[in-house]
Amino acid sequence: MGFLSATQSMSRYHILDTFDTEPMEQVRNGLIQHAIPKMENEYEEISAGWTPFESPYLPDFNKFSFVFGSYFLFSMRIDKKSIPAKLVHKQMAIEIEKKKADSGRDFISKNEKSEIKETIMDVLMHKMPSIPNVYDVLWDYEAKTLFLLTTQKAANEFFETLFFKSFNLKPVRLFPYTLVETKSGFSPAQKDRILTLTPLHFSR
Amino acid sequence: MLDISTAYNKYSFLGNEFLTWLWFMVETGQDITQAIESRDPVSLDIGNSLVLENSLGDNAREKITIKGDQAGLEEGTTALKKGAKVTEMNLICQLGPEEEYHFTLKGDSFNITGLKTPAAAGDGSDDEIEGRIIEKALLGFRITQVIDTLFFTFLKQRTADDWKHKGFEQMRAWIYND
Repeated sequence: MGFLSATQSMSRYHILDTFDTEPMEQVRNGLIQHAIPKMENEYEEISAGWTPFESPYLPDFNKFSFVFGSYFLFSMRIDKKSIPAKLVHKQMAIEIEKKKADSGRDFISKNEKSEIKETIMDVLMHKMPSIPNVYDVLWDYEAKTLFLLTTQKAANEFFETLFFKSFNLKPVRLFPYTLVETKSGFSPAQKDRILTLTPLHFSR
Repeated sequence: MLDISTAYNKYSFLGNEFLTWLWFMVETGQDITQAIESRDPVSLDIGNSLVLENSLGDNAREKITIKGDQAGLEEGTTALKKGAKVTEMNLICQLGPEEEYHFTLKGDSFNITGLKTPAAAGDGSDDEIEGRIIEKALLGFRITQVIDTLFFTFLKQRTADDWKHKGFEQMRAWIYND
C-alpha cells in the first residue's frame, strides 16, 4: 500500500470550492459512479477509475471505507495495455512472409503492410491484459488540500480529469504560484509584490 | 488567477530561489524556528543530494548534481557564482525532539519525493490500519505545512523593503565567502 509504505512521493493540490451539502455522501457517490470497472474491457487501451485504498483490485466502496478519521483516502487505478514493439515486429515479419507466399509475389505494397500492422495491433490489443497502476489519494476536505501519491505527469493529468468529472470540484496543482494564490493568506498588495518579482542574479 | 501553465513557467524561479535560500539558511546556521515563528523547535539540514541548474541561453542548460552522504558542496557554491540556482534538494527536517523527516523537494513543481516520515505507531495488523493511516496523514500534512511556512517566510523577506541590502547581500556574501 503506497500510502503506508516507508517512503512516499507526492504532488499536492488545492481543491477549489466545496460541496453545498453532505460532502461524505457526495464523495461516496462520485467514487462509486467513477469506480474502475470490475471487469476489464478488452477493447479499451486505457481505463482509469477509483478503487478503495484497502482493495485496489476489487473496487467495492460498499464493502471498504474511504473515510479515515477526518480524511478521505482512496486510490486511482489506471489500467493500460501496452504492446511491446518487438512483438509487433515479430508478428509483422511472420504475416508479411505468409502474405508473400499466399500471393506468389516476392514483395508487398506499403498499403498492404499498413493493413497487416493494423490487424496485428487489433489482435494483440484484444489478447493483451491490462497492466494496473495504483496511485493513492489523501484528501483533507476541510483544509481543501489533497495529496496524490505520485509525481508522474500522465497520472496527474488522469487524476485532474477524473477528479473533476467525479466531484465537480477543480483540483489546482500546488507549485510556487498557486501556493501564493491559494494557501499563503497574503493580502492582494503582498501578492502583487510577489508577482512582480524577477529572478535574482548573484553573479558579480 | 493566471493561466496555470503560464504561471508554472513564469514563477518557477521563485521555487528555485527558495531552495537556494534554504541552503543559505542551513549553511549559515540561521535559526529556522525563529524564522518561521514556530512554537516547536524546527531544524533543517542538507541531505544527500543537491541539483543546480544554470541557464546558458538558447534553451541550453547546465545541470550540476551533487550526491552522496558526505558529499562536499563546494561545486555547488561555484555553480551559484556562475549564476546557477538550486532546482532540487534533499533535506532532513527535525520537528520537535523526536520527529525526523527526510525528503527531496523540487523547486519548480514543489513535488516531494522519497519522503520518509517518523515511523507510525502500531503493529501492522488490520485493526490498527485506521490509526496508522490517520497518523501517517497527520505527519504528511505537518511536514508540508512546514515547507509552505518556510516558503512564505522566504517570500516575505524577498518582498521586504530591505531585501536588497539585507537578505540579498547576505546571500551574496555567503556565496562569495566574503
